[in-house]
Amino acid sequence: MSNAPVTRKHASSLRGGNLPKWAPWAIAAGAVAVAVGIGLGAGLDSKVQWGLIAAILFVLGTYVIAARVEGRRQAKDRVATNLVWGCFIVAVIPLASLIWETVKRGAKAFDMYFLTHSMGVVADNEPGGGIYHALLGTLEQVGIATLIAVPIGVLTAIYLVEYGRGKLAGAVTFFVDVMTGIPSIVAGLFVLSFWILILGMGYSGFAGAMALAILMMPVVVRSTEEMLKLVPNELREASLALGIPKWRTIIKVVLPTSIGGITTGVMLAVARIAGETAPVLLLVWGTNFINNNPFDGPQASLPLYIYRQYSAGTDVATDRAWAAALVLILFVMILNMGARAIARWKAPKTGR
Amino acid sequence: MDISTQSTEAPPPAPRSSGASQKRATRGATRPGDRVFLALSRGSGILLLVIMAAIAVFLTYRASLALSKNEGNFLTTFEWNTNVLPPVFGIAVLAFGTVVSAVIAMALAVPVAVGIALFITHYAPRRLGGPIAYVIDLLAAVPSIVYGLWGAIVLVPHLNGLFGWLDHYFGWTGIFTWQGGAPRSMLTVGILLAVMILPIITNVSREVFRQAPQMHQEAALALGATRWEVIRMSVLPFGRSGVISASMLGLGRALGETMAVATVLSPSFDIQASLLDPGGGTFAQNIASKFNEATVFGQDALIASGLVLFIITLLVNGAARYIINRRKEYSGANA
Repeated sequence: MSNAPVTRKHASSLRGGNLPKWAPWAIAAGAVAVAVGIGLGAGLDSKVQWGLIAAILFVLGTYVIAARVEGRRQAKDRVATNLVWGCFIVAVIPLASLIWETVKRGAKAFDMYFLTHSMGVVADNEPGGGIYHALLGTLEQVGIATLIAVPIGVLTAIYLVEYGRGKLAGAVTFFVDVMTGIPSIVAGLFVLSFWILILGMGYSGFAGAMALAILMMPVVVRSTEEMLKLVPNELREASLALGIPKWRTIIKVVLPTSIGGITTGVMLAVARIAGETAPVLLLVWGTNFINNNPFDGPQASLPLYIYRQYSAGTDVATDRAWAAALVLILFVMILNMGARAIARWKAPKTGR
Repeated sequence: MDISTQSTEAPPPAPRSSGASQKRATRGATRPGDRVFLALSRGSGILLLVIMAAIAVFLTYRASLALSKNEGNFLTTFEWNTNVLPPVFGIAVLAFGTVVSAVIAMALAVPVAVGIALFITHYAPRRLGGPIAYVIDLLAAVPSIVYGLWGAIVLVPHLNGLFGWLDHYFGWTGIFTWQGGAPRSMLTVGILLAVMILPIITNVSREVFRQAPQMHQEAALALGATRWEVIRMSVLPFGRSGVISASMLGLGRALGETMAVATVLSPSFDIQASLLDPGGGTFAQNIASKFNEATVFGQDALIASGLVLFIITLLVNGAARYIINRRKEYSGANA
């Protein structure tokens, strides 16, 4: 901290001293210089430690200097600002690394061949192979889950918003909230216990789809409910005043008005369940071969494929796992961005 | 159109929220179409309740089949041997591991998430805040298996340095001793879970901070408060319950996380004092990794442990919802 900042008295006597704008940079430079000095002097070889020492010196230096020049309260304010920026930077590192590593390592094994071939006759330690069977499985399972969950979810939301009064509606609202928090593996265990252990059905894509539907329903209910509440009551009243029955009002007026928001909610829910591994692991079992029929026999799925390839542990298998992770992230991200774009495009005029 | 029934279909006068509490003299569905539609939508709501009940009933039933033959104490046994006769299994290790990893994750994630939320709402340049919030929204959707893959392949090798440092300076505490095994321990799991729940906690906290009454903040500023004092005196007190419930949602996710734990942890069925040495396990991880070799009885035993997880997450989520709902009531008066 060789750069002792200058105290500048302002013309107004109402304000105390003020650090010049370049003071933080000067303190930062000083902190880095001292940290490098300590690092070289003490022979610390880890650059991470140098950085940490510099960061601590920077925060301390800011506090001490600001406390002397500006007063204790301003010093605390500056330290809080530093810490908040620090939080942001600390959090960005792992999240950016996650995206960066997935793209970098995933690109290695990712090509058209990878998308259009299965793992049929490919051993774990052989190169080649692909995710066609897993993509197919994921699309079928997620599709079936959507077909089950969306009608139930939307109808439940309609009940809650348009009809719901009293105890039943209260109970449904509460349990939808609770259902949102069910761990995916518990949903998987439930379908396992009643579909496979009690009814004696085999492992199949459909069993997995049922568990995924359970995870999807509360999300659909919640988002649809929010959207239906945004539909202005004047529209309902106008329709009802024309003598249109309530159910036709809902189908012809309320739903079309909120369809954009509902679509967004459904797409976000699909994105959420597309990445679920645990229920698929318990119920679909996984296979290396192409199985078109979700109702008969084990299928593969993208998240499960990633897990299996990672567990195989060989270099080529790990490359395949990264490439599949890249495909999965792309799939989820495209759904998310599309959903948000639709939300912005179709937003009801009365919204925020 | 049957005009005579029209009067019963009086539109709800309350603005917007049709869930308002006014009593309507509605005889509801008088037309066949209405009756069918009401039945369908009410039926869907009831179906959801039935599913929740069915989850509890079926899990309890299968769990009881396994528990009746268990020779060990389900709560205190340090073993999971379901394929031997007589079977002995217990959840002590799993409960311990689940709680420890979740506590580490919360301790790391909550302060940082609150910091990021404050950064987005109060510190970042306005032009940056929106895009950052958007990106964090997207990150909340990254599947857990991808976090697991990243944790196992990228994060784990980077932790050697940290573990060595902790062992060197804090080894005397007993919980940071390290015998030099691969850093696939409870602390690793905690760190990875913290990264995973960060986006969710950030998102909810950010929404709450954004709703903090502008008037309070401006009043504090007018009294000469610094930015930090504004946050400490008007934003944080307003957002406290919101942050708590956001943390509970994150906690619920951390407790039930399966694949990220299963890929990162080297499990073992014992409790270790050290957080750095590999070993331990969590409910969800144990189910995922034991499932493939399990017999029907073994699956029942796993279902029993899943039932415990289900109850724990129900309690945590119920508490979170309770806090959120309580906040809703007075936030209207405040804002």
